[in-house]
Parts: sequence; C-alpha cells; structure tokens
Amino acid sequence: MASVAKVVNVDKQIDCTALFCPMPIVKTREALRDLAPGQVLEMLSDDPASDADMQSWAQRSRNELIGVFRDGAVYRFLVRKTG
Amino acid sequence: MEAGGESPGRVYFDYAGFAPVDPRVLAVMRPFFEAGIGNPSARHSLGAEARESLEAARIKVARLIGGAPGGVIFTSGATEANNLAIKGVALRTGERPRHVIAACVEHISVLNACRDLEKAGGAVTLLPVDGEGRVDPDVLHRALRPETAIVSIAAANEEIGTLQSLADLARVTRAARVPLHVDGVGALGRAPLAADALGIDLLSVSGNDIYGPPGTGALWVRKGVKLAPQILGGGQEFGFRSGTENLPGLVGLGVAADLIRSESAHGESARLAGLRDRLIQGLLEAIPDCRITGSLARRLPHHASMVLRGVKADSVLLDLDLQGIAASSGSACAALTQTPSHVLRAIGCTPAEADGSLCFTLGRWSTSTEVDLVLDRLPPIVARLRALSVPVTPASH
Repeated sequence: MASVAKVVNVDKQIDCTALFCPMPIVKTREALRDLAPGQVLEMLSDDPASDADMQSWAQRSRNELIGVFRDGAVYRFLVRKTG
Repeated sequence: MEAGGESPGRVYFDYAGFAPVDPRVLAVMRPFFEAGIGNPSARHSLGAEARESLEAARIKVARLIGGAPGGVIFTSGATEANNLAIKGVALRTGERPRHVIAACVEHISVLNACRDLEKAGGAVTLLPVDGEGRVDPDVLHRALRPETAIVSIAAANEEIGTLQSLADLARVTRAARVPLHVDGVGALGRAPLAADALGIDLLSVSGNDIYGPPGTGALWVRKGVKLAPQILGGGQEFGFRSGTENLPGLVGLGVAADLIRSESAHGESARLAGLRDRLIQGLLEAIPDCRITGSLARRLPHHASMVLRGVKADSVLLDLDLQGIAASSGSACAALTQTPSHVLRAIGCTPAEADGSLCFTLGRWSTSTEVDLVLDRLPPIVARLRALSVPVTPASH
C-alpha cells in the first residue's frame, strides 16, 4: 500500500479530522462532485469508525478506494472517482 | 391527523422523525414567551415565578421517568442527554477515559460519544445483538471489565422497534456496580419504563418524542452517580448543564410528560398497538416478500418497520409522499451516507434488503382510517416499482 501513495497524484484534499460519522462520508461525496472521473481525492479522518464506513461506502458508490493509510489516530483515504 | 389543522387526507406516519407538538402543550408555553417569566436565576419576583415553573416541570418529568426529581437535568434533547451521560460518566473529574460498553445498534449520538472517548484513549466494546436486535444479558456480563465506566443500551430501537429486556440487563450492571444508561426515546410513555424500580442509573428523554417542543429533553441521573458537566458556564441545572434554561420549552416538556403519562394510563399504548398490528398484518398479507424487522412480540406499540425485497425505499417513500403519506426509511444517517444502516446490518439484513427498509411510526392523532389508506396505497406502489425494476436476464434457449 505504501507505494501507492507515492505514485498517485492527489487532485484534491479534504480534512475531516475531529468530525464523526456521517460527516467524513458526506464531505467526501461533496468533494468528489467537483472532480472529474479518474481524479483522486485525499480525505483525512480520525473517526475510529471511518475505515469500515469508507470501505462500505466506496463499494456501494462504486468509487475506488485505492489506499488507506494510518498515521497514529489519523486515517488517510485515497479515493479515485469512478462512480 | 388533526393536531394542528393539517390538510385533510394527509397521513403522517413519521412520529419518530418528528412529533407534532400537542396544542395543549403550546397553550401552556405561550405566556412564557411573552410575560417576562423567563430566567429562573433572576432575583426579581418574575424570576421566582420562573424558578417555580421550572421546578414544577422537573417534578412532572421525574414522575414520568419514575425517579427522584432532584436527578432531572434539563438538556436540549436526547442527543445532548446521551452525550452528557456517556462522556460525563466516563470523563468524570480526575479520571482518564476508561472502558465503555454500548449495544452496536445504539443511536448515532451514543455511538459517536463512544468514539470520541475512544479517540481520547478510552476503550469501547460494542455488543452484538440477536436477529431481533436484542442484547443478551450474558453477553453483556462477559463484556464487563473492572475498568468499565458505563453501559449504554437504549430501551427501544427507533429503527426496528425492538424493546430490550431492561430488567435483565440492569440486574447484570447492578451486580457489577457499573452505571447503566438507557436512552428512553420511543419507549418512555409508551412501554413500561420506571427508571428507579428497574435499576436504571441514567435515562435520556426527548421532549419532542412525547409531543413536547423540539429542542427540549432531559437526563435523569440516580443519586450518587458522578458526572462531569459537558457544557460549562453559569452553573445552571445543578452545575451539570450551564446556560439559561429554555423555560418555555421546559414548561412545555413538563406538560407533555404529564399528558403522555395520563394517556398511557388510559390505554393509548393498547390503541396504538392495535393500529400497528392491523398495519403489519395487512401489509404482510398484501405484499409478497415483505418481512417485518425487529421483534413482533416485544416492540414499541407505535412502530412498524419492514424490509421489502426488490425495491428501493427512496422510490417507495417518494410515491407514498405523492399520495399524501409521510413515512421514513428508519435511518436519517444511512440516508446521508447512502450506506446500509448499522442497525439493519447488525440484525443480519443484506445490503439489498436494507435498501428496501420502511418505517411507519404512529402517534396520538393516528386513526384506523389512516391505516386503511396506507394498506390501500402501498401494495400497488410496491408492485409497480418491482415491475419496473425486473432485472434483465439473457433469453433462455
């Protein structure tokens, strides 16, 4: 996974730390609206539930979760807009 | 329904989402907005009157809860009460966050308060539930640790209507001397829920849930349970919830508590359960592939929830709305994230089933005519939507 972070160009970043479900997903959805298909969003979250929530949301929305990284309490999600 | 002169012919079956405020509650509230009887901390005679009104409301809410009036802390609603209970007990003065236990089907205000503690270094155990959404007291017993600060389990699930066996769960927490917090939304005034007698230590109340004003609520706390305030300021509400009290709202909450208590003593729950059962029975007979979620035997009297195979709840709700019927899919949070609700996942619904989740909640102004209208309108809507969404299959040779 670590190598993915280096080769992927992030087109937009949003910081959802300190927010809780449902806000990280709501803000991810909003941010993806501004991106073109194929572009990548980076979302930061420290909600303990966000890993499971993002996996489930990506699958349902048919967007590609190309990487999940964890630095201490903060998750970094890379999502490619495909849905 | 005829609460506030709504347009005739409309059916409102979303009482859990919002309950119309009883006109009798509004009538008592009105002078408190207009006559200067507003601040219970004021030293003039109007302040004294405000204090008396506030304490009278506290006694009324305590009578509904079945606990001592001195334990009632007024809040802005059940969400705040849930936060105050969980974070207040777990973070009480001088202690680091420890271990908290909640059912995995709890309201998001409970789950997120637990996650906030987890972020601050505490540990959280979310208890699994059975297929009807109930917590097994033995499972709770095994999850308890010496450092467990609080257990939080709602009296009833607002999405699937299931009532927990609170007496059995409270026996476990009492034996372990761990405070039990119960979110009473939905159940209070509709199902037996006497906090003190049941062995509950903290109980959350929503004003609007009992036909009182939105933006009001309370947390009842048993004497001796230590709590850290979560909103700091001038020390109102015994120092546990600062901010000038919302007196008109809280007076309204008191009246609402008295009304639902007397209504409950006069058979309202049985009336609602009768309407609910006719709705459930009728829908099960008229709609193929319709399954009731939650418990049939032990559920909220005003609550009917189901999953319909092969349709999306959003489409059904839109069609129902066009025909003047307001219902819900059960979870506002799941609608926002477009993911299956955590409650339906926990009781074993597949994501496809969860997509077709419907929730009808009845109330004080619901009638059998309204139930008839839903029984008349919903089956053809489901049949039409299912016919539209028949999956394309390759022709057989």
